[in-house]
Order: sequence, then structure tokens, then C-alpha cells
Amino acid sequence: MMWTRKDLVALSELSAEEIVFVLDTAAEFKGVGQRRLKKVPSLRGKTLVNLFVEASTRTRTSFELAAVRLSADVVNITATTSSLSKGESLKDTAKNLEALAADLIVLRHSAAGAPQFLAERLQAGVINAGDGSHEHPTQGLLDVFTMRERLGRVEGLKVGIVGDIRFSRVARSNLWALTKLGAEVILIGPPTLVPREFERTGARICHRLDDVLPELDVVNLLRIQHERQKAGYFPGTGEYASLFGLNAARAARLKPGALVMHPGPIHRGVELDGSVADGPHSVILDQVTNGLAVRMAVLYLCGSMALKEEA
Amino acid sequence: MTAELSGSGPIFLAGIPTRGVALARRLREELARRGVAAECGAVDVAMYRDDLGMRGGVRPLRGTDLPMDLDNWTIVLVDDVQQTGRTARAAIDAVLGFGRPKRILFAVLADRGGRELPIRPDYTGLELSARPGAKLRVRLAEVDEGEEGISES
Repeated sequence: MMWTRKDLVALSELSAEEIVFVLDTAAEFKGVGQRRLKKVPSLRGKTLVNLFVEASTRTRTSFELAAVRLSADVVNITATTSSLSKGESLKDTAKNLEALAADLIVLRHSAAGAPQFLAERLQAGVINAGDGSHEHPTQGLLDVFTMRERLGRVEGLKVGIVGDIRFSRVARSNLWALTKLGAEVILIGPPTLVPREFERTGARICHRLDDVLPELDVVNLLRIQHERQKAGYFPGTGEYASLFGLNAARAARLKPGALVMHPGPIHRGVELDGSVADGPHSVILDQVTNGLAVRMAVLYLCGSMALKEEA
Repeated sequence: MTAELSGSGPIFLAGIPTRGVALARRLREELARRGVAAECGAVDVAMYRDDLGMRGGVRPLRGTDLPMDLDNWTIVLVDDVQQTGRTARAAIDAVLGFGRPKRILFAVLADRGGRELPIRPDYTGLELSARPGAKLRVRLAEVDEGEEGISES
């Protein structure tokens, strides 16, 4: 097949074949990171704008480094420095960026659907770097990339996603990628954060981590946000940790070779004990390295298509 | 080629996918028969091309397999057809990403003319003069169906 999209908005839209295409491309870009010269000229002379209307240091840095390694010029705009805080609409901001000849826009926004809105209106390629509770497609891709790299396949894996499923774009993007590639997904957490309606996605729902832990090939732990606690979705971090935290005792019940993942930043002692985060099951730092390769692949693929018209 | 390569230190034949890789393997056999040892692999030029966005879609990357440290190696780029020189230019850039080889040489099965960059092969199997817009097809047993050969269409 050939890649023909200028935008990456949601994994729900991608076919299994397209997802595998990105993963294969990312594997080649991971190889570039091991060369003496870690930079290729694919996007030389092109401008990428990191438009982050919601704070995120890691994702922004990862996209920035990916763009630099593709030889693009990068401009970072965060909400506090932009006119968005002065009431300019997202569309006006984006139109202005395009008038400045931005070729790619990486957008992080608190409103679900914002990247789709821009993608439909701009010639520039739009990459979703997280929109509300909707999707975080590059995170989903880097998670399945890491599973495939470590375990040799995705199909048939039993993957537990633990935590705040209800509000998590990471969970949604993982769910789409994993089910499309034939993995079995088990969503784990308290009923308030793992509502029954997720069964429609084909995933299994489980409210007790201890019941399923020994059968999992992958445990992907999501960050628990304190805002959710204030809103009454769970009683306290102590109780959450005792029921759903991956501590050393629980980690001892993991299958040999099972992977422990976390999108970061980790709350050590809440979702995950420090000893487990640094232990033999953990692939958390692989995720960071692979995130760079996946983002290079996405920028290369979408960038190639976004540049098509002017060529 | 044998005379030029013998005694020049480690030699790597870097085929440009798809058919250049098959040709590099054949060349290695031929050199071995003449007493010159060489390794071979592939250099994908897609990330180094200057025509990003000029095609209908993005094709899969095809893998690069070069020595991780190629300082002091002699690298021979191998391709099926030489035309504009743009692929060779991209391949040179890709190789330089792995270090500082002693020397880069360039071998092609057929040179069809139509150069756009000042890059010419060091070794040419066959000189052709194809019409500018014509498509030249090389068929090799390792890659293609049917009888081996070069045809213009």
C-alpha cells in the first residue's frame, strides 16, 4: 500500500494496514537514531509548528526532536504565549500560521475535535498531539510499537489498561490500535472510571486488577489525575494505590516476560511503585525512545502528503 | 573493478533497492571468483530524496543495511539504471550518515543518459540512449517474473 494522508487525527480512522505501515516506517526511523548522523534531510526547508493549547512538555519535546531530526524548522507556540489567550479563535490562529507557510501543525488542545476542525480547513498537515478525552494517536502507536518490538506481535496479546479509562485519550487510542491489530483488551479500574459502555468497543471490563494480573502480556498503567479525585471519581490516591497500584507484590504475580508500560509522567507509589517502574518488566524508557521514532514516521508520512500540492 | 578494489581494505557493496540489492549480491559473487572479498547490503534512499511530496503517495521504506562504522571502508553503490543522478546523490548522503568512508564508488548495470546532476558512474555495464520520457525496465530473476533483460516502453 501507499500512505496518502496529510493528517493524523485519530486511530479510529486508520485501517489495520495503515497502522502497520506507520509501525514499519517507525522501525526504519528507529534505525536512523542509531546512526552516527541521527538526522535525515526529508523535511529540509519545511516549517513545523507545535501549537500546544494545553501544557505538555514531554509530547512537545518529542515532536520537536522528531522534527529536528527530519531537518524541519520548528516553532513552538504554547497557550500562554499565544493570542489564543486573548480570544483569537483557533481557526484564525491556524490561518495565520498557514499564511506564514507552516507545512505541518502539531496540535494539543483541550477540546476534542480541534485537530479534525483544522485538518479539514488547512492545506498544512495536522497531527493530533492529544485532544481532550478523544485521542492521542502517536501515544497509541508508540505503545503498540513497543509491544510489537518486545513481544514480536500484537495479535493475540492480552493487554490490560489500568486507570482512568473514562477520561483518557491514551486509553482510547490504545484501544483502537490494539483491537484493530487483533489484541484482546481488558480495561481495569473502579466502575466510576471504567464505565460499562466501554464493552461496546469489544474490550473486557474488569474492576479488580488482582483477578486478571497473571494472565496479562502487557499492563499499561495510566496516570491518575488529581482533578478526578476532587470530582469524586475515586476516594483517594491511597485507596486507589491499594486496589490498582502495581506494587512489588503484584508485580511478582506477572507472567514472565510481561511488559509494564506507562505513558508518563509516573506518580511513583500511586499507579506504580518505583521498584516496578525501574524493574525488569518495565519498558517505560523504551516507550520514550520509540515515541521519537513513531513521531518521525508520522511527520515524514503526513509531511510528504501535505507538501504534495506545492510541489 | 577487480584491479581497483583489490588490496584497498574492507569493501562494502551497497545496493539501492530493489534491483540494486540483487545486483550487489551478484557482483559480490563475481568479485569473489576473482579473489576480491566484499560484503554487501542495502541503502534505502527514500529519506534522502529531494522529491518528497511529488508522488501520489508515500511508499514503504525498504531498509538500510550498512556497517555501523564505515570509516576506512570502500563503499560501492550499486543500482540498476542511472539517469538523472538524483538517486545516487541521495545514496551518497545516506552513506555519509554512517560515517566517513575512505571512498565511495558507483556501479550501474545501465546508464541511460539524461543526467541532471554532475554525478556519473565509475562502472557501467551498458551505455544506452533511451528517449527522455521512456521508462526503462530491468528484469532480474531474484525480483521479477519472466526472462531477464532490459526493455524500453
